[in-house]
Amino acid sequence: MNLPLIVIGAGLAGWTTIREFRKLDPDTAVTLITADSGDFYAKPTLSNAFAQQRGPTQLVTTPAARMAETLKVTLLAHTEVLAIDPAQRRVRTGQGEINYRDLVLATGAHAIRLSLAGDAAEHVLSVNSLNDFAAFHARLLAERAPEAAKARVLIMGAGLIGCEFANDLAGTGHPVQLVDPASAPIAALLPAQASAELQAALTGMGVQWHFGTTVTAVDQAASGETGALHVTLANGQRLEADLVLSAIGLRANTTLAQAAGLHCERGVVVDASLRSSQPHIYALGDNAQYAGQDWDQATSALVSGGRTLPYVMPIMNAAKALAATLTGARTELVFPLMPVGIKTPALPVVVAPPPPGTAGEWESTSPGIWQFRDPDNQVRGFVLTGAQTNQRMAQSKLVVL
Amino acid sequence: MKTWICIVCGFIYDEAAGLPGDGIPAGTLWADVPAGWTCPDCGVAKADFEAVEI
Repeated sequence: MNLPLIVIGAGLAGWTTIREFRKLDPDTAVTLITADSGDFYAKPTLSNAFAQQRGPTQLVTTPAARMAETLKVTLLAHTEVLAIDPAQRRVRTGQGEINYRDLVLATGAHAIRLSLAGDAAEHVLSVNSLNDFAAFHARLLAERAPEAAKARVLIMGAGLIGCEFANDLAGTGHPVQLVDPASAPIAALLPAQASAELQAALTGMGVQWHFGTTVTAVDQAASGETGALHVTLANGQRLEADLVLSAIGLRANTTLAQAAGLHCERGVVVDASLRSSQPHIYALGDNAQYAGQDWDQATSALVSGGRTLPYVMPIMNAAKALAATLTGARTELVFPLMPVGIKTPALPVVVAPPPPGTAGEWESTSPGIWQFRDPDNQVRGFVLTGAQTNQRMAQSKLVVL
Repeated sequence: MKTWICIVCGFIYDEAAGLPGDGIPAGTLWADVPAGWTCPDCGVAKADFEAVEI
């Protein structure tokens, strides 16, 4: 019997790779191993579900069984992969061992957690999967101070995800506070003026900000102060909340890959064809670090550097290229310009960040439009806010990749 | 006027608003969105865009 293509992970990266692969190869056996149910959902909707009045079950767009049937996949759900043996081309799970023809790692990333003091530190939630969202949703309904109509939420991290959640929660009546060591929201991606506009728009919805500081401790309130948590900041301030959400970033899941001897840095390092440092093992999505070089031609024999890209568009592009490679037509992945839409309805934002390390400056060209210009005065990225987000296509055409 | 959501990425297409920046005027029904259109957030083609009504 021919060996299957094995995919580990049933998020967007895993399922999209299989969908693209099936368009090219309807016959090769495919096995998908996932620690969760394998239900398909759009992860970006986790941070705007409340505005659409969608609960965890409504967020599943296609149940796992239907995905598996449509794509002719052997689905091993709720199955943990314990180890990968690259020499034997074999994975070991709790249910036994399976040999592979090729292996795709789509194991995603996990929320970075700060170690906090306090007797309620373990109650801090992160939302990086549908299961996380279900827990968050349930707690949000359960935890509310008697006098408050809606649970008060404190969000650690005023980055893209923190701001999307802030907008979604504030828009549905939850008092929201954001804490971030930076001095403005989404400071890593946006020019100061755009960031200020977003801050003003969210402030208009009642969002409160605590910049230049971090959360150090989360404690249960004393008896009598039902449901509330006391949050201590590094600047000494004490805040009250019913729920604390941590949204300070993601880290690639590389434990399996590292144990199998794959070269990992911030993620599983893959070359331009998405190949890891071991033959027949590929990676894409939030667990991958796209080095953009080629193992066969790397002068140092070590492909390294590059970037992790935890967004939808890179996954879609990577899955298409990888599907072709897996059918025998090795295809190098070249990322096009990939603008990211930030789902903050109070002030919609589109950002096409310049490549990392690009010298230059943000320049405001008209209200709501910023272009990142390099020393040769070429446009290398842009940011659009409000009604100008309509200019996504027009601005994209101006960018030199 | 209806609202459609991309099942891949959650992008919302609102027929009432259209996507003027993509050359799709306000009031364009989903059925009338050009076949060559791709989802601005995830890039899937309209043919692959398994939109569900919300």
